[in-house]
Amino acid sequence: MSVDYAAQILEGSHRAAARLISWLEDEDERAYECMRKLYPHTGRAYVVGITGSPGAGKSTLTTALTRVIRKSGLKVGIIAVDPSSPFTGGALLGDRVRMSELADDPDIYIRSMATRGFLGGMAKAAADVVRVLDALGKDVIVIETVGVGQDEVDIVGVADTTCVVMVPGLGDAIQSMKAGIMEIADVFVINKADHPGSDMLCAEICARLDMDAQLRERGWVAPVNKTVAVEGVGLDEMWLSIESHRKYLLDSGRFYDNRRERISREALRMIHGELFRVVREQLEQNGRLDAAVEQLMNRKLDPYTLMRDIVTDWLSSSQCKRRRDEDTQS
Amino acid sequence: MARKIKMIMAKPGLDGHDRGAKLLARICAEAGMEVVYTGLRQTPEMIVAAAEQEDADVVGLSSLSGVHNYFFPRVVELMKQKGMEDVLLVGGGIIPEEDYDFLKKSGMGAIFGPGTPTTEIVEFIQANVRQR
Ligand code: B12
Ligand SMILES: Nc1nc2c(ncn2[C@@H]2O[C@H](COP(=O)(O)OP(=O)(O)OP(=O)(O)O)[C@@H](O)[C@H]2O)c(=O)[nH]1
Ligand SMILES: [Mg+2]
Repeated sequence: MSVDYAAQILEGSHRAAARLISWLEDEDERAYECMRKLYPHTGRAYVVGITGSPGAGKSTLTTALTRVIRKSGLKVGIIAVDPSSPFTGGALLGDRVRMSELADDPDIYIRSMATRGFLGGMAKAAADVVRVLDALGKDVIVIETVGVGQDEVDIVGVADTTCVVMVPGLGDAIQSMKAGIMEIADVFVINKADHPGSDMLCAEICARLDMDAQLRERGWVAPVNKTVAVEGVGLDEMWLSIESHRKYLLDSGRFYDNRRERISREALRMIHGELFRVVREQLEQNGRLDAAVEQLMNRKLDPYTLMRDIVTDWLSSSQCKRRRDEDTQS
Repeated sequence: MARKIKMIMAKPGLDGHDRGAKLLARICAEAGMEVVYTGLRQTPEMIVAAAEQEDADVVGLSSLSGVHNYFFPRVVELMKQKGMEDVLLVGGGIIPEEDYDFLKKSGMGAIFGPGTPTTEIVEFIQANVRQR
């Protein structure tokens, strides 16, 4: 008899969750039966994203924030993402070093993940892992992204509240800030406020927010928090900011809209992925891809026509197949 | 997606010598593994909790301060209690050779001292790691 991982996860087993997450990372078929069973039990946890440049203090902040959240008895799941090496495929996952003090609290589950070539500051399986931790009974899920630059903003596709962490002393950071990372912030955090320049940075962010407010109407203006994560200073306020953003989302109906949009996008992404896999497998196996590439190289064929032909052929053949299947069944 | 070997690299106890552990973590990552470095001052309980949450295939323990005979078997013991016998345990650091037998008997897969070619360590892990 094989182990019923879904049942164990619903009972709170960290071990079962850990194994399922490995399967999800590996895109192992065994994961999906389990995910089907867990899906009805998800959608309950609140998801907080922590993003910002490398070394800004995201891990330290995640740890300190988790301590604050735990005071109210809520259970916490942490996903800490670090980059994989594009050359070796391996990864050194170091976020956990700052999380040692959380290691033996049974109501906290921490998982380090490598990006495995996925761009955007996240791991591909992150959204699935959120669902696992949700089903595991975690009330709040905190995701630490890799250290990001300007346009690695995939976190907004997963988090309900995104916190952007900045640090003073990196020059005229705001002026050079491109849209991306500034615009995804629901909450700003100026960490390392013990370093000089935090008031200046705070003023710069506020000026930028004022300017944005003139460009377009917004229901929510991101609050700016100052923290010293290593000393646990400012974390209660940061948590309050997150909670008020949550309240805003719920009261305004945005929470529902955001989640709906996310579910729709994810469903499409999954369909896209599976269709692509099936079509590609077929094209590779029957040799058509190789033949077509040869023709493309010689300019005997253009990719626009190829694309149309393949889609048309594939659709008609899969419809034929379905009709045949139906005939044999009846 | 090919599966990757997941490894935990930990420093049990108060020993502050972390060069070897960090070096080895990098070498294993270079060899294609996903290595979680836990940092210094880990209790056996913390190490085992991390191994459980990360679904680690391998746990590496590094000790240069002479506390291996206490800490290594303690980690093995806790892993057994949790039914994690299939996780490969490897150790290294400054460990007298006369202790190797005792440590292996208590459940360590292998011990590697200074001067071991690191390719040997990587190959040992790759050859002895579990399927999952
Ligand atoms: C550098 C060093 C330091 C540095 C450490 C810097 C750092 N951040 O790591 C400093 C100066 C801080 C230091 C301090 C001390 N040190 Co010192 N230190 C050394 C020294 C000279 C080299 C260690 C080293 O970095 N080697 C290089 C690395 C790459 O090698 P390695 O760790 O052995 O790792 C290799 C293998 O062992 C193996 N390996 C290691 N870990 C693992 C893990 C796994 C899973 C695997 C598979 C393999 C593996 O693979 C690696 C590559 O081959 C050694 C002497 C020596 N020759 O080893 C003494 C030594 C370790 N130190 C010693 C002592 C006593 C101390 C102090 C107590 C001194 C003091 N009185 O202040 C303090 C204690 C500090 C503390 N908080 O723990 C003693 C320990 C004696 C003992 N075991 O009983 C040693 C052996 C010196 C001696 N001969 O007396 N030390
Ligand atoms: N002075 C000061 N140092 C801090 C503060 N917060 C974090 N640090 C230090 O900043 C360094 C980086 O902290 P991390 O938490 O690892 O930063 P990170 O953003 O998670 O880093 P990556 O994950 O590598 O991108 C560590 O040395 C921390 O101790 C702070 O508020 N003040
Ligand atoms: Mg970090």
